Amino acid sequence: MKQIDLVIIGGGPAGMSAAVAAYESGVRNLLILERDAHLGGILQQCIHNGFGLHRFGEELTGPEYAWRYEKQVRELEIPYKLNTMVLDITPDKVVTATNSEEGIFQIQAKAVILAMGCRERAKGALNIAGTRPAGIYSAGTAQKFVNLKGYMPGKNVVILGSGDIGLIMARRMTLEGAKVHAVCELMPYSGGLARNIEQCLHDFDIPLKLSHTVVGIHGKERLEGVTIAKVDERRRPIPETSEYIACDTLLLSVGLIPENELSKTAKVELDRVTSGAVVDQDRQTAVEGIYACGNVLHVHDLVDYVSEEAEIAGKSAAAYINGESAEGVDVSLKADGKIRYTVPQRITQKKDVTVYFRVADVYRNVTVKVKDGDTVVFSRKKPKVAPGEMESITLKPEMFENAKELSFELEVQ
Amino acid sequence: MIRELTCIVCPKGCPLKVELENGAVINVTGHTCPRGKTYAINECTHPMRTITTTVRAENGEVVPVKTSTTIPKELMFACMKEVNRATVKLPAKIGDVVIANVLETGADIVVAANVD
Repeated sequence: MKQIDLVIIGGGPAGMSAAVAAYESGVRNLLILERDAHLGGILQQCIHNGFGLHRFGEELTGPEYAWRYEKQVRELEIPYKLNTMVLDITPDKVVTATNSEEGIFQIQAKAVILAMGCRERAKGALNIAGTRPAGIYSAGTAQKFVNLKGYMPGKNVVILGSGDIGLIMARRMTLEGAKVHAVCELMPYSGGLARNIEQCLHDFDIPLKLSHTVVGIHGKERLEGVTIAKVDERRRPIPETSEYIACDTLLLSVGLIPENELSKTAKVELDRVTSGAVVDQDRQTAVEGIYACGNVLHVHDLVDYVSEEAEIAGKSAAAYINGESAEGVDVSLKADGKIRYTVPQRITQKKDVTVYFRVADVYRNVTVKVKDGDTVVFSRKKPKVAPGEMESITLKPEMFENAKELSFELEVQ
Repeated sequence: MIRELTCIVCPKGCPLKVELENGAVINVTGHTCPRGKTYAINECTHPMRTITTTVRAENGEVVPVKTSTTIPKELMFACMKEVNRATVKLPAKIGDVVIANVLETGADIVVAANVD
């Protein structure tokens, strides 16, 4: 069996950043496995701008951001295999993969970085009543059709879900000549970035209907219309508020799910809230030598943070391969519910640790508190937090070196 | 008059307050960077936007493009018309100019992805 020090599963922004960071930390025997025909992952179809402001201090499109990393991968001559699907990873790091040139092959790795990204929640998960005509797509599928294939999926559009992909597609379809009649959002707030509400909806007078959902689908061969309705505070549709909108296309932007089938074959422990791996500050999973980063670990709002996290995983995997480690501790991080989750979920080494988290609802004038028992070890005020935006704080070793458990709490005034 | 805006310069989306008198900007608050202030002033006097879209290659494939700098917001659809009339040759490289000085705005339409 072929022996490779570091195998990286996925050649999107996370996989490429992790590979470059590992290379720069001294790993030379490494390989990226990518199932698509190109490196770059989902960024290839994200042709809008707004990427890279944190990383590069300039506003790039998705393909431009991806190219910054692909260029480094090529210049450093980091090996990668395209059109290659990984089928299985064992807990002792045997990777089984397949492509049309080599058939099925196996690699014994010293360390593995999981960087498979996420996929869209599909219509099946929503249980909308009505017929099953053509014209219903996930927003990302429509994005692929328009931006990579040059096909318009329809002319009269309703979008369900106000996540960023839905908002971006509302603008994109409008610019290409379609009429977007409404964006419906089940929750009383949007899951997307405020700037996207502004530049993708307000700029084009597209109504954002908060606390609304699609309750009916009409049409036999092709979608002919949808029935939408307002929902009450328990998210149940209110029948009297039903409204019919004629349309030929329904786009769904109703959430992203980390793609962890391979993590499960490797017996990696998953977090029920993030649907990604439980990791320590190095992004190492509960299986020694297997790391996870990017959207397969938890869904990020900005790719800049994906790169940042992937660099941590890449550097740490290199340190693991080289047999380096810092002084150990064992602290578990718990979220109070208003804070939905933290990444990492564990701290195992005494060093500065940046903890990312998301909140469950929109809250104003809050204090983020980190407690060791009754002792507050960290506290920070924030004017506003929202589920669509990832938050982060950095902990110093003296805050947790004697702790068993740190609890992350959100105090709302 | 006070106009409230959401800044679109970066993903932070700062809430801006712009004080206006007879259409002229007197004061901007709420921004956390100089680019936010510029955005607020432009937005209340002459709104500007970046356009990102695709252009057809001669073989029918599509190539991502963008305006090299912002253009007046009211020219967005006119700009789309220009881009949809143009074609590019493959391979296309990031930065290749597809249309120079589109609609006399000073912005070029440039390729925003490498397509072989």
